[in-house]
Amino acid sequence: MEYVIEMLGIRKEFNGFVANDDITLQLRKGEIHALLGENGAGKSTLMNVLFGLYQPEKGEIKVHGKKADISNPNVANELGIGMVHQHFMLVDTFTVTENIILGKEPKAGGKIDIKKAEQKVREISEQYGLAVDPTAKVADISVGMQQRVEILKTLYRGAEILIFDEPTAVLTPQEIKELIQIMKTLIKEGKSIILITHKLKEIMEVCDRVTVIRKGKGIGTVNVSETDPNHLASLMVGREVTFKTEKTEAQPKENVLEINSLFVKDARGIQAVRGLNLTVHAGEIVGICGVDGNGQSELIEAITGLQKAESGSILLSGKDITNLKPRKVTEQGVAHIPQDRHKHGLVLDFPIGENMVLQTYYQQPYSKAGVLNYKEIYKKAGRLIKEYDVRTPSEYTPARALSGGNQQKAIIGREVDRDPELLIAAQPTRGLDVGAIEFIHKRLIEQRDKEKAVLLISFELDEILNISDRIAVIYEGEIVAIVDPKETTEQELGLLMAGSKRKEAGEMNV
Amino acid sequence: MTKRKFGFAMSLVLAAGTILGACGGGDNDSEKSEKDSSKKDDQFTVAMVTDVGGVDDKSFNQSAWEGLQEFGKDNGLEKGTNGFDYIQSKSDADYKTNLNTAVRNKFDLIYGIGYKLKPAIEEVSKQRKDSHFAIVDDVIEGQDNVASITFKEHEGSFLVGVAAGLSTKSNKIGFIGGTDSDLINKFAAGFEAGVKAVNPKADVKIEFAGAFDKADKGQQMASAMYGSGIDVIYHAAGATGNGVFTEAKNLKQKNPEKDIWVIGVDRDQAEEGKVTVKGKEQNVTLTSMVKRVDIAVKDLATKAKEGKFPGGELLEYGLEDDAVSIAPTQDNLSDEVKKAVAEWSEKIKKGEVKVPVKPEGK
Amino acid sequence: MSKRFSNLAVPVVSVLLGLIAGAIIMLISGYDPISGYAALWNGAFGDSFYVGETLRQMTPYIFAGLAVAFAFRTGLFNIGVEGQLLVGWLAAVWVGVAFDLPKIIHLPLSLLAAAAAGALWGLIPGILKARLHVHEVIVTIMMNYVALHLTNHLIRNVISDQSDSTEAVKETASLKSSFFESLTDFSSLHNGIYLGLIAAVIMWFMLEKTTLGYELRSVGYSQHASQYAGMNVSRNIVLSMVISGAFAGLGGAMEGLGTFGNAFLHSGFSGVGFDGIAVALLGGNAAIGVVLASLLFGALKVGALNMPIESGVPNELVEIVIALIIFFVASSYMIKWLLSRFKKEEK
Repeated sequence: MEYVIEMLGIRKEFNGFVANDDITLQLRKGEIHALLGENGAGKSTLMNVLFGLYQPEKGEIKVHGKKADISNPNVANELGIGMVHQHFMLVDTFTVTENIILGKEPKAGGKIDIKKAEQKVREISEQYGLAVDPTAKVADISVGMQQRVEILKTLYRGAEILIFDEPTAVLTPQEIKELIQIMKTLIKEGKSIILITHKLKEIMEVCDRVTVIRKGKGIGTVNVSETDPNHLASLMVGREVTFKTEKTEAQPKENVLEINSLFVKDARGIQAVRGLNLTVHAGEIVGICGVDGNGQSELIEAITGLQKAESGSILLSGKDITNLKPRKVTEQGVAHIPQDRHKHGLVLDFPIGENMVLQTYYQQPYSKAGVLNYKEIYKKAGRLIKEYDVRTPSEYTPARALSGGNQQKAIIGREVDRDPELLIAAQPTRGLDVGAIEFIHKRLIEQRDKEKAVLLISFELDEILNISDRIAVIYEGEIVAIVDPKETTEQELGLLMAGSKRKEAGEMNV
Repeated sequence: MTKRKFGFAMSLVLAAGTILGACGGGDNDSEKSEKDSSKKDDQFTVAMVTDVGGVDDKSFNQSAWEGLQEFGKDNGLEKGTNGFDYIQSKSDADYKTNLNTAVRNKFDLIYGIGYKLKPAIEEVSKQRKDSHFAIVDDVIEGQDNVASITFKEHEGSFLVGVAAGLSTKSNKIGFIGGTDSDLINKFAAGFEAGVKAVNPKADVKIEFAGAFDKADKGQQMASAMYGSGIDVIYHAAGATGNGVFTEAKNLKQKNPEKDIWVIGVDRDQAEEGKVTVKGKEQNVTLTSMVKRVDIAVKDLATKAKEGKFPGGELLEYGLEDDAVSIAPTQDNLSDEVKKAVAEWSEKIKKGEVKVPVKPEGK
Repeated sequence: MSKRFSNLAVPVVSVLLGLIAGAIIMLISGYDPISGYAALWNGAFGDSFYVGETLRQMTPYIFAGLAVAFAFRTGLFNIGVEGQLLVGWLAAVWVGVAFDLPKIIHLPLSLLAAAAAGALWGLIPGILKARLHVHEVIVTIMMNYVALHLTNHLIRNVISDQSDSTEAVKETASLKSSFFESLTDFSSLHNGIYLGLIAAVIMWFMLEKTTLGYELRSVGYSQHASQYAGMNVSRNIVLSMVISGAFAGLGGAMEGLGTFGNAFLHSGFSGVGFDGIAVALLGGNAAIGVVLASLLFGALKVGALNMPIESGVPNELVEIVIALIIFFVASSYMIKWLLSRFKKEEK
């Protein structure tokens, strides 16, 4: 069997932290080869080694059977290796063509021959079925289109081997379908593909073989036709994974959160929450389900004090917390796992240890008379890192250096550790792998079982149906229905979310 | 680890400073003999410390340096620590350092050019009693090792006042000063007295710009003055005065027939007044009042070389020393005017006329 | 390469490269770089007097550098250090001239006035930034001019009668030190150097060890996350500018109560505030780094004065060297790359 790429026994360390340990990956010509692993398992590191961004401490790389020393990305390009990055590297104000030719411009008498370039871009995009408008500005085209531009960039540079780094993370379901089609066309045209992912469904759909890595170690390579999602998941996580989270029947107690006819405007001054009523009891998880932009964010911001409520009231265990400052709300016992963990959940340049006291730094024992007690702070950080399985070289590592799943675990550890009466979790598992998702779901249920109230906001119906004890459907700033997850279906929820069906107020068990 | 190294380096530097300091305090004499060996004992040496303008400021500092160079030439001295040299100041904080550097280089006479150096010379001269200092354009009293040089700007201003009083057609004359200070008021007073002496009907308007470096302000003020019918303006405002020239030249270009004049200050400013109107070269500079810092600097250095350093004294340089005068460029003055100027000059030199140092009503 | 190592290596290599480049320029212009640098060294550390002058020059740089670094660490770019320094200078001198008090009260009061004036000058851009989102760079630049002309006006028309400078501050408000004068052969080194070092320790402690510093750094790194964590972002922005301004104001007091002993008309900016930006950059915005960078800047500035007279090299050359050092620090990526190359070849 001919291999186009062979990475043999690769080892890569960062300041004593082993990111890759003796990993072997062999890519056959004309196959789609998945690289599967949890967040932080070392997938991106391995691919950066292949692309010349990192130099391995041990191991060798062969391209077309010949040993290659890939000292920088230019060498990788010359060897026909192209990378489609997860975070696009495009100049927004340039056109599609300008972005594609950047650094390899066809010249005519000292000037860029833009006509010729556009022609070439058109040819390539037709050959591979990548429909884009070569003259459009990148800023004006959709995320899916931008990804195509990234793919075209690698093809324009003559890539034979394409690395896709979590390409579906940013795409809509429709765009994912189109991308899969594109990948199949590329294979037909003789290219080979490495697909970095943690989504098992995609692997089962398009890949030929899959190499699994776990905690920096190579676990092995299997044929997709000989495996199933459960097996892959257990290879990736290292134990059996249940996709259906086990939980007992909820035992709802007294009201913790009571929202009465709440009105909130969004940042642009438009009424986003319109007379919303909702109750969350101790010992239950209420899932808010709805299409993005129906007032979910504003609802959370109003509860947590980040956005002013126009009218209505928010009670926490009977106490009025309407329009309190965020800190006061926090002190009353509300914890919040924000939707955008990078922007709102962490100070990325702080060590993970300092991030663990982001709300409590001014309280005893972390601070005494205005002076921080770092011993206590790092003691707590160390404990949470262990309890919540946050994989980090140390508690002094900047939060930025952690993978998404581990960042989220850190946030959840921090929030849950405060022992809040009400835990608000907004999209807590977005972009995470199955292992992390399972972990986070368990923690949410654990909170419920400790007779705390949990408010879950998610755009993923699976998650809502799986975790919630009650589901509140939000539409145009109102709760339009409360349903029991055991009695409803995805179809019914879909209709409710679209606003086409309303349950009568009397039926609503608010 | 690194932090500890930092700390170590820090303490080394500070310790070095303190130890050096401790040595320096008591060992002045040994240091002196060391440095002396490199210097010819009989050679008279002189240095000047500039203010932030530097020796190429086309003004005060440059003029002083020209005086020193001439002194050096006359006495066969070379530029350097064995002859004559200058030390430029980059900021106000440098004056004391530079004066001390001059002391350390054993110059026999050290000039501080400009009133800005007054506090520094006052302090350093008390600390270095063996060195001789001179301050130009200000007075330091009660220090035996400091001589003060000032100029009788009012006398020179009187002469240009005579020229203005006789040249005006509108009988309206203006004065623009840099700041409303004693020094600038000497210019204003002499000028006003000169005008009144020859033309009692003429009206002199005295204004101050508040700054020596605001050409735009000078231009605005000149514009207002010329607009009110004034046809001669005397400026004693440094770079602010450049704006007066700009405005006069603009007006001249718009209306070549109209007679408007500027009187320059400190040096011959004929160059600043040149303007080409319809292919014809004209000049708006009536004349200038020149202040010969070089003459004063050279004179004092010569005295000091002869062992006659006038410590503690105030030397006022005036018309009789040629240290203030009307500029050699007098093309725009009629013979009549020139004659009048010469007459008044004699009167002042003889002491027949006493020129005031404060304007009327002050 | 560890972060700490590169934090230290980049400025050190930058300084060396700057000096080497300066030497090349001297050679090209026909000067002798060895005698030039020898004159620079002698003029900065040659004897106790010059050591004193270097440390004296270093003092305001420490404060200006700390002011810039403090703001920078909290996410703000304080270009207004120059103006804050000027108002602090005047305020200190004003109190120093106007009152007759025992030293134990008078000197601290003068310093306090300087800090308060600088803080006020920082407060205005701080409030505008926090409430109206006006960019602090623009406001602080404009505040510099306001400070320059306001202080000139006050000196001329209010504190003195049309004079170019104020009276000297009273003995009881002066930072002058007869101990230092005798130790350093009448250099103008004054007690402010102690205050500078103490201020550096305070800044370090405040930022790294206190609750307040934690909050300020947090807001500096991420306003959003800090807001979500319940911190008052606006208050922290204002506070940061106020503290930064207070440091700068104290820098002015060093000049007013120490170096000069009075305040005088400035025809232009003193430059110390702007040099503070360079000092902070070279010092990596850390307290200890600012102290070391200030020492370097003080030595270069004072030593430069000696270059023309001792070796005939124009002292403008030192300005070029300083500019090159800043250039190399700013292009630290290049130096990091060079260092990694170097390390690789060692292997």
